[in-house]
Amino acid sequence: MVEARELTKVFRDKKRGEIRAADAVSFRTEPGRIYGVLGANGAGKTTILRMLATLLQPTSGAASVAGFDVVREPERVRAQVGFLAASTALYGRLTARETIAYFGRLNGLSDAAIRERVARLAEELEMHEFLDRRCEKLSTGMKQKTSIARMLVHDPAVMIFDEPTLGLDVMTARAIVRFVRDCRARGKTVIYSTHIMSEVEKLCDTVGIVHRGKLLAEGAPAELRARWGENDLEEAFVKIVAADENEKGGAT
Amino acid sequence: MNRGSISTIYLKELKDSLRDRRTLISMIVIPTFVMPVLIFGVGKIMTKTFAKARAETPTVAVVGGAEPSAVAEQLRESGKFNVVEPGEDWRTAISDKRLRAAVEVPAGFEAGLREGRHGRVVIYHYEGELKSGLAAGELDKFFRELRERTVTERLEERALPATLVRPFDIVRENVAPPEKVGGNLFGGLVPYLIIILCFTGAMYPALDLTAGEKERGTMETLLCSPVARADIVLGKFLMVLTGSVGAMALSLVSLALTAAAAGMLLPGGVAEQGAGGSGGGLIPTIDPLGLLGVVAMVLPAAVFFSAVIFTIALFAKSYKEAQSYVAPMMIVVMMPAMVGMLPGIDLNLQLALVPILNLSLVCKEMLSGVWNWHYIALILGSTAAYAAGALALAVKMFKREGVIFRM
Repeated sequence: MVEARELTKVFRDKKRGEIRAADAVSFRTEPGRIYGVLGANGAGKTTILRMLATLLQPTSGAASVAGFDVVREPERVRAQVGFLAASTALYGRLTARETIAYFGRLNGLSDAAIRERVARLAEELEMHEFLDRRCEKLSTGMKQKTSIARMLVHDPAVMIFDEPTLGLDVMTARAIVRFVRDCRARGKTVIYSTHIMSEVEKLCDTVGIVHRGKLLAEGAPAELRARWGENDLEEAFVKIVAADENEKGGAT
Repeated sequence: MNRGSISTIYLKELKDSLRDRRTLISMIVIPTFVMPVLIFGVGKIMTKTFAKARAETPTVAVVGGAEPSAVAEQLRESGKFNVVEPGEDWRTAISDKRLRAAVEVPAGFEAGLREGRHGRVVIYHYEGELKSGLAAGELDKFFRELRERTVTERLEERALPATLVRPFDIVRENVAPPEKVGGNLFGGLVPYLIIILCFTGAMYPALDLTAGEKERGTMETLLCSPVARADIVLGKFLMVLTGSVGAMALSLVSLALTAAAAGMLLPGGVAEQGAGGSGGGLIPTIDPLGLLGVVAMVLPAAVFFSAVIFTIALFAKSYKEAQSYVAPMMIVVMMPAMVGMLPGIDLNLQLALVPILNLSLVCKEMLSGVWNWHYIALILGSTAAYAAGALALAVKMFKREGVIFRM
């Protein structure tokens, strides 16, 4: 289970002043469900997910992941989380097998458990062909599979995906989407951020629309479409964001 | 602190680094080959150049006097000079290295010598030019001998003893053992090389493990693991330290092997000239105990370097940016290490607290067989304190989001 309560992150920039990358964001999601974080580039999606993965500390507010507090128990939180983003790359000079084993060890797994997990993940993700090849020599699809194996090695309860299909070809992106569905089927709590509407429609049980760090609307994709009188989620998204912009314009 | 996590990170970084060509060059190739190249290469070139210059019969000219032919003839007869006609532009000829040196002999010089008058001989040469210097030296020697002979003749004419103008002789004898002589001659150079190699050995892994990881996007992957930030820093830092100490160890092994080889291959070459003809060799005169002391003193400095470079490189968002921060530090390290090599600068209480310079000075003393325990303790303590401070700062910086996620 993941719960964010009034989660806020403020960055201070010399030129731009104070930036509220996440502004009192609250949501909750359960095991066996996919929660989508939908927003344009720069909306604050990555900041929210990084706070949940304890890579960043919230300025205010709180969050718990699998029952652990992100501020007080960051290491325990990370032990329960698998985090995959475009910015989480692989060590080029390690092989796929060494990469999985390394992160297994960092997660406290024994050598025997690591061997067993590597074998199982290689089987599930069809990695045998390139398991002993250096990551720098792998294709994008192979790298993505290795990254997935890396995030799964400790069998985390919570999976956080930050725009995982960014820059991938159609086939690799489809494989990722399929894999995220599998995670839900296995009872994982999944948080999935994207700006691609079709992925949200295909995957998410609940979606939160983020704009300028604020969570503007939340609900099932069908529910959001109905609420805004649109057949297309993209149109509903545009209306939600425009309403917020108008509100801001009126206030100033 | 989790030792398991630290060692997992350290071993991974070690494996990763040993697979990287750039790290191998800075950690293994440079320290292993710098010593032989410096000693064999530079030493051999110096010996050869000097020997070649000595073998040449210098071309000189006699200028100035109306009747210099007698002196020119004596110079020719000595067989040590190739005496030529000076020509109008003999000064330019020296500058252009066509003529090595010229000697101005006043008119009536020969007659003046016979009649007991005082004369003046001027030698013209190209300052700083080796062959011209050697030619001037030979000319100087020739005229000194001529002066000696003239004095002897004049004394004999007057039936006076030679001791009248030479009442006593001055003899200099070295009493320092060869290792002390070697320590004095090379005591500055060896710690200087070790300090520089320690720094360069730490430099590449430090840049690669911080800014390099940020640039490649692997830092965020690592931060997602449940390992404490301090443990990540310690694991990475140990790798940087390995680079630094590894470079030092390899350079010392290389130094020892080179010393052994130099003793065999350069008998009477650079070896004897280097030791000032004291009978010892260039490298074998270094006291092994002093060298051991240098290693012990440099170890905390390696920790200090590793932590400082690590912290500075951490601020950069790319490898290139990190290089631009760390490269100028090389000069900061080199300057005090070089000052330590200068003769006449001795350790005192103030200098004992100046990082790097204190190390350079105390190492020089230890290699010369001087063991000033108060200063050794003070320098060891202060370097260890600087190292601990730098390491604490590295951990603190690693925990700052603004540093780790600087984009």
